Amino acid sequence: MNLNEFLHMGGYAAYVWSSYGLAAVVLAANVLAPMRQRRRLLRRLAQRERRARRNP
Amino acid sequence: MKRFFHQLGSPKHFYRIAGRWIPWLGLACVLFLLAGLYQGLVVAPTDYQQGDSYRIMFVHVPAAWMSLFIYVVMAAAGAIGLIWHMKLAEVVAIASAPIGASFTFLALVTGSIWGKPMWGAWWVWDARLTSELILLFLYLGVIALHNAVEDKRTAARATSILAIVGVVNIPIIHYSVEWWNTLHQGPTVTKFDAPSIDMRMLIPLLLMAVAFKLFYATVLLMRARVEVLERERNTRWVRELVSQS
Repeated sequence: MNLNEFLHMGGYAAYVWSSYGLAAVVLAANVLAPMRQRRRLLRRLAQRERRARRNP
Repeated sequence: MKRFFHQLGSPKHFYRIAGRWIPWLGLACVLFLLAGLYQGLVVAPTDYQQGDSYRIMFVHVPAAWMSLFIYVVMAAAGAIGLIWHMKLAEVVAIASAPIGASFTFLALVTGSIWGKPMWGAWWVWDARLTSELILLFLYLGVIALHNAVEDKRTAARATSILAIVGVVNIPIIHYSVEWWNTLHQGPTVTKFDAPSIDMRMLIPLLLMAVAFKLFYATVLLMRARVEVLERERNTRWVRELVSQS
């Protein structure tokens, strides 16, 4: 089987690859969302900590 | 063992232990995913009826299984949180909701993409599809309700009750292909006699299913860690952690 044939997916390329592409997007979003939330939260808490130290 | 569970119940230890597990779970997930993709896209033969379009199954079916599995985990964790007032169960319940919603969305859209070439329609109002759509709305309802209530513990109680009530939808989805005449094909894997599916197709399906389960475990712990950090933001260990970073 050559690469072209593989990518062609027996004529269903648009359906198959859009499904796998969407799955990749959904999985990536699920990994990135908590990483971003964690960064934001830690930044917010660090700010609060600095403020508390300045005016105790 | 008892000490292990007791420690896991304490937010501080959960945060530490989860942090240690995440990379290993993630690595295992990637390995299963690569094996499943190779087996599913390269090794598995072309279907004699559906051609290569059936390969959508390797993401569609595991995503649909996860949409049900995560809902049951969410409702069970919600119930444990309600009955035993276990904070960590509340965290698991609410952290599961967005992950479950995204898998439900994935199952619906990949099903739609598969339906177009096979049935000639992107969408039909059949029992399986409609009940899965209701599942998506249940997840979205849980998320919206949680965001609407300011106090975290009140929010957890309210969302747990909604999640538990929504469990009636789970058997409806599962048996929908048997109870009603639907366009959606019947079960091919979980039939009690020998599954009516070629081994070379079954193996990638199971590999992908394991990969998705590991994925859920990984991102659940990631989300739960953030939620624990936010809930515990006024405790000493979090303040120390923040000052160190």
